[in-house]
Amino acid sequence: MSYIWLILLLPALGVIINGFFARWVGRRGVSWIGPGVVGLAFLVACRAFFDIWALPADGRLVEEVFYTWIGSGRFTVEMALQIDPLSVVMMLVVTGVGFLIHVYSVGYMHDDPGYTRYFTYLNLFTLSMLVLVSANNFLLMFIGWEAVGLCSYLLIGFWFERDSAANAGMKAFIVNRIGDFGFLVGMMLIFVTFGTLDFTEVFHAAPGALALGGPTATLIALLLFVGAVGKSAQIPLYVWLPDAMEGPTPVSALIHAATMVTAGVYMLARCSALYVLAPFALAVVATVGVATALFAATIGLVQNDIKRVLAYSTVSQLGYMFTACGVGAFGAAIFHLMMHAFFKALLFLGAGSVIHGMGGEQDIQKMGALRRHMPVTHVTFLIASLAIAGIFPFAGFFSKDEILFSAFASGHYGVWAVAVFTAFLTAFYMFRLHFLIFHGTSRVDREMARHIHESPRVMTRPLAVLAVLSAVGGFVGIPIIYGGNKIGAFLAPALAHTEAHAPHAGVGTELGLMAFSLAVAAVGIALAWRWYLARPEVPGRIAQRYRTLYRLLLNKYFVDEIYDDLVVRPARVGSEAVYQRFDLRVIDGAVNGAGALVRSFASAIRVYQTGYVRNYALSILVGVVLVMAYYLWL
Amino acid sequence: MNVAAINISLGGIGPLLILSATALVVLAIDCFWPSERRSHLAYVTVAGCLVALGATWRLWGAQEAVFGRMIIVDNYSTFFTGIFIVGTTITTLLSIGYTSRMGIDRAEYYALLLFATVGMIMMAQGLNLITIFLGLETLSISLYILAGIQRQRAASIEASLKYFLLGAFSSAFFLYGVALTYGATGSLDLEHITRAVGETTFASKPLLLIGVGLMLIGFGFKVATVPFHVWTPDVYEGAPTSVTAFMSVGAKAAGFGAFVRVFSISLQPLSPDWTHLLWLLAVATMVVGNVMAIAQTNIKRLLAYSSIAHAGYVVVAMVAASALGTSSVLFYLLVYTFMNLGAFGVVLVLGRQDEEVLAIDDFAGLGRRAPALAAAMALFMFALAGIPPTAGFVGKFYIFSAAVQGGFVGLAVIGVLASLVSVYYYFRVVVVMYFMEPAGEIPLAPRSAPATVALVIAAAATLALGLFPSPFITAASRSLVAVLF
Repeated sequence: MSYIWLILLLPALGVIINGFFARWVGRRGVSWIGPGVVGLAFLVACRAFFDIWALPADGRLVEEVFYTWIGSGRFTVEMALQIDPLSVVMMLVVTGVGFLIHVYSVGYMHDDPGYTRYFTYLNLFTLSMLVLVSANNFLLMFIGWEAVGLCSYLLIGFWFERDSAANAGMKAFIVNRIGDFGFLVGMMLIFVTFGTLDFTEVFHAAPGALALGGPTATLIALLLFVGAVGKSAQIPLYVWLPDAMEGPTPVSALIHAATMVTAGVYMLARCSALYVLAPFALAVVATVGVATALFAATIGLVQNDIKRVLAYSTVSQLGYMFTACGVGAFGAAIFHLMMHAFFKALLFLGAGSVIHGMGGEQDIQKMGALRRHMPVTHVTFLIASLAIAGIFPFAGFFSKDEILFSAFASGHYGVWAVAVFTAFLTAFYMFRLHFLIFHGTSRVDREMARHIHESPRVMTRPLAVLAVLSAVGGFVGIPIIYGGNKIGAFLAPALAHTEAHAPHAGVGTELGLMAFSLAVAAVGIALAWRWYLARPEVPGRIAQRYRTLYRLLLNKYFVDEIYDDLVVRPARVGSEAVYQRFDLRVIDGAVNGAGALVRSFASAIRVYQTGYVRNYALSILVGVVLVMAYYLWL
Repeated sequence: MNVAAINISLGGIGPLLILSATALVVLAIDCFWPSERRSHLAYVTVAGCLVALGATWRLWGAQEAVFGRMIIVDNYSTFFTGIFIVGTTITTLLSIGYTSRMGIDRAEYYALLLFATVGMIMMAQGLNLITIFLGLETLSISLYILAGIQRQRAASIEASLKYFLLGAFSSAFFLYGVALTYGATGSLDLEHITRAVGETTFASKPLLLIGVGLMLIGFGFKVATVPFHVWTPDVYEGAPTSVTAFMSVGAKAAGFGAFVRVFSISLQPLSPDWTHLLWLLAVATMVVGNVMAIAQTNIKRLLAYSSIAHAGYVVVAMVAASALGTSSVLFYLLVYTFMNLGAFGVVLVLGRQDEEVLAIDDFAGLGRRAPALAAAMALFMFALAGIPPTAGFVGKFYIFSAAVQGGFVGLAVIGVLASLVSVYYYFRVVVVMYFMEPAGEIPLAPRSAPATVALVIAAAATLALGLFPSPFITAASRSLVAVLF
């Protein structure tokens, strides 16, 4: 499968051409090359999928070594890709959904002065994400991991003329670095324990080298999970994702919904062989996951910015995926990841279409009754909303249900209960969003109302394709019927399973659970209908009555403010204080950069010749005394 | 010492001789060439460096102690010699436009660069503490003058004087340490010292420990570790930028060349006595360097604190005191040479006649006005921050792996945390370049072709060492296999 390198080469070509030769190919060229390379990469991924499919189930692992990246004695890392069911599924999602979003962007970003820069970044992102999901070792995966973070940062801050965008980019990057720290240290621990960073070797050696539930396994698993928490926006590091909505909407769809933020889930699934050895770590994963799912859903209930609702919804859905991992159902997590990529990308692109048609308006309180103006957007958005709410037979029904069932069948009844309640909230806030945008009475101001229009075809066609996928995609994983869960069976050889995870609960139980969650979702939708369409005065009254709770939710539990007070400000002040004390020249204000250089000669002499060298010499002398003291008394 | 044992090997010190000769040639032709052809002096210097680099290449694999065991020619010293000469070559290329703008394009400038390099080579090739000290002084004196070569600028003179006073101060400690070590072991030869230290009944240990401690201070000053770093920001800021660039890579690498040979190799038997001290030194250096850098608004001071922090990372590798650790020092210094010279190089080529662009805020809008230059700067910042796939990442990963493997997990964690902090200030430069509106026009210096070449080399190497580090890591580890002393 040496052709697999094409999947990296194609987006790389896009980056080079769009980045350096945009002047030669022109705007039209960029419009073709940007989406084109990703489309071709999708074809490569399809070919890889069929080739893997053709192999016997237990032999579905191909490693393509390009060259030895770092090699000195025992420390060897290869530049190599791994093609197995897990990475192929991820490649398909990244290139497939990525391609649609690239096409959509041609319309969405049409008038933006940074058009070529945008496609350069987007291609670079695709490249990085593909490196992340197809690497055959931790170090190469980490490269992709960092690079997607960089692209995310560049794209969040794409409209850097707005201060909020530049700040959001910075916030995303810094919060992610905290996660990366966990990843890096975890990786070192793996290297020390196994002497290698190669996935196959590590996972093969893991059951023998690590005791079940032992401290090393638990520590490695938890450290890697810290990385996942940062990248996939879980409690307590989720704060960057809502702010990341400052980027262009297709970017939110691609990076902050469909692909990059799911990298943490992918990593856990990839390392499932390590996680099954660390039950405690799995319990942490499940707890964090389900807590995040609930927490973010409650915030999503009251937000009024269309993209922020979707952002909190993404955080919440990512929580579901981690819940699945935590109860040992890694396959269900990846299944939901894939379905989520379809319907959440669709929701974001639909939101983008609305924003585009409304001339940049994002406040859902200023929308309403848009379905007449935007029929395609309305229908596709409805399909996506039904999918995320988990209504049969849409995509989310199958994947969410498998997670709920896995939690129940493996005896995590508490987790199951919270997850079901979250499903209710999800159905409610999604349809609140839907009704407020597309139904009811129009709250659009009259000047704007005349300009509302449906988006061009280059934008609506990707919506239609994603709508089809969101509607029927779930059928790759039909439960109950023997052999119906094709995706689960396909992924199984690439994943490890916990002892506890044996979903052999009766068919009756499974059907009962399904009916129950379906009913819960229906109630959520009905409630949204009653409150926001039938009796629109109710929500205001309730907000009035439970004012404290409402304000708490509206302000997102004040987490940003708490972080600011506890971490950001002290860090800045501390650094400043240390600097003031330590560096004598600051007192003179000489550090004001260039200002210092143009100071007059006389004052320079006066300032510099009053014996500061003496102070420096003193510092050295203190060092000398300390060193001597160390040797004489210690 | 037996006089007959003095085996003279001119080939062994070939690079050193070639550079010295080039320096003399540069000084001589300056008397005959008209002043408007001064830029040719730089090309003569580059030519000399390239020839010396060729001579270094031929030394690879050689293994002998020459000149009465004063000089050692082994892969370790050859690797370092390569780093020094590459650093000098790039510095010279970068200097070409800059020196004429600043009015310092004199023969002395280039000759002193070369003499400083000679001093560095002596430090790496020294098998005897006296040779190392001679090299140290040759290097230092050249740098004192270079720092103050811009005679009309007060800051430059001030930098020179500060560096000189404090350098002399620390040299004295170093020399005193050498004397005490001699007193304790009866030899200045590194191999003899090892043997003496290895003897089980070693009576004069306190004397030796004090001697070792004092030498540590000398090296600590040269490579700028906390608390011997205080001179760095002022001197880096005041000295002409090309000299700062040169100091920040060459002098540091040379300092480590001798530091590692004396401590990690010669004093290896004594390592239980210095490991913990270096541990403290590494932590203090990484923390202070990175934390202080956050508050900087001047790019040269920022890079000064950054270079302090990087010295800390290298000390981490020394603490590991293993083959992996030492070879990661070599690799890291090679990487650091390219990425740091590159960063300074970008600072160099900005600015107009006699006026430099040094406030970080002045970089605003560079992304649009000079996309290639900004992209290069971003690359160097990412590399310094240790972000893959640049060389800086591989280097750091290598160092921290060595520390973890040596059992210093805590140190590695502190190191990773410290470099986490560093991302903040490196990134700020990128943010300013791309995401901020310029307050006014940034003066762009007229393009200098040689400087462009130098930047391209540095950028290409920064990427290549990240993507294809294997041959260099192999070379670095092979430098150690054959280390005698």
